[in-house]
Amino acid sequence: MNNLKLTGYRRENGRVGVRNYVLIIPVDDISNAAVEGVASLIRGTYPLTHPYGRLQFGDDLDLTFDTLIGTGRNPNIAAAVVVGIEPKWTERIAAGIAETGKPVSSFSIERYGDLKTIEMAARKAMEFSQWASELQREPIELGELWVSAKCGESDTTLGLASNPTIGRVFERMIEAGSTAIIGETTEVTGAEDKIRDACINQEVADEFMKTFQDYQDFVIGTGANLLGSQPTEGNIRGGLTTIEEKALGNVEKMGRNKMVSVLKPAEAPKEPGMHFMDSSSAAAEMVTLCAAGGAVLHFFTTGQGNIIGNPIIPVMKISANPLTISTMSEHIDVDVSDILRLEMNLDQAADKTMEMMARNVNGRLTAAEVLRHEEFVITKLYRSA
Amino acid sequence: MAHGALMHESDDDVAVVIQDVTTGDSVKVVTLDGKEFGEVKAAENIPLGHKIALRGMDEGKKLIKYNRVIGLTTKKIVLGAHVHTQNVRSIRWEYSVNE
Repeated sequence: MNNLKLTGYRRENGRVGVRNYVLIIPVDDISNAAVEGVASLIRGTYPLTHPYGRLQFGDDLDLTFDTLIGTGRNPNIAAAVVVGIEPKWTERIAAGIAETGKPVSSFSIERYGDLKTIEMAARKAMEFSQWASELQREPIELGELWVSAKCGESDTTLGLASNPTIGRVFERMIEAGSTAIIGETTEVTGAEDKIRDACINQEVADEFMKTFQDYQDFVIGTGANLLGSQPTEGNIRGGLTTIEEKALGNVEKMGRNKMVSVLKPAEAPKEPGMHFMDSSSAAAEMVTLCAAGGAVLHFFTTGQGNIIGNPIIPVMKISANPLTISTMSEHIDVDVSDILRLEMNLDQAADKTMEMMARNVNGRLTAAEVLRHEEFVITKLYRSA
Repeated sequence: MAHGALMHESDDDVAVVIQDVTTGDSVKVVTLDGKEFGEVKAAENIPLGHKIALRGMDEGKKLIKYNRVIGLTTKKIVLGAHVHTQNVRSIRWEYSVNE
């Protein structure tokens, strides 16, 4: 499978992107209007609107910053324009992105108003968009790709077929030098020992178990009834009965890889290999965190048909559920249902998935991209001050 | 006859049906690596992706799938029955049910 011909955009810091966007980033909710104004004027730009960024504090504020900065740093982004209400936080986000060496410019609205800000930011966005439009794809190696995976609207077909397929893909990619991120901290409940045992050393194993236990304690501490939340009603409809059963299917995505580190939400891996990111199991939140951590493409396995996408990274859907594939065909990129009929083995399924991955890397739009699934969702840890 | 249900490990208590099954259907069960387990008569309708009991089980039994415990039976389960939330609950998040 190393005969795949892959191309990408090599960025200033050496990282490789598979898309080439100019991102217009609002620091806060009240800057969305100006950001949308800029993006509607300038072709080739994308407005990363979101509902947060005011009166957050502590870890919650840090995570919003890390998510916005990480998203701007992602190699799928050629250049970024940051717009906020006041200069200090705006410049902080711009400076975080600028460390990558990519072009970044920031604008704050106070003392100018929306209209003047839009004009200034749009002139810069125009310059960036024309510059980015001339960047060329070049050949890249499989091992240069950073990817991530998560499952959604899971059912029993994930554990049987689509998740082991991703496990096999990750075994091959990591052998080639790639970097991969998985996570969903509560959703491995009942299979956490499998991740612990895959950790490369005791230190990583201890860190994983602490991360896992902290999230358990948080969930249990709320005193809420999780029935219907985990497994979800969709999972139950698809035949998954308990969190243990769901988790054992979930962790099949690891393949036989070693877990080399535990990442904080939105944190970028520091070395190749498989990483566990502390994250929610909600699809849009988790994919947003992976993209902020630097993944340039996401493998999303689904049973009942989660339709999620992301504005800056292609999200590829892999399914083995024949009913979902026939009733929701426009959402599925790779059909591995032949595994259930024992007419396809995992190596063949991995071949099929990697061939589609290569096409998506090289510019094919995934189902989620074509259908405008652009769910950018910041993980909010607690209410604002 | 093509198989109608897949089991992860040969000692599992349940298999996943890969198409909708109707009461009385004879379901051929194989493992993921193609080993034959045998045929089980469906005791009730079971939708695609749901689990069929490969043996009779008493209430309070640890249910095995993936050669691991995935929950506890909350009722007596007969061979060929639909195994799901009506007769199995989580052990790990026990506090979240029974309400």
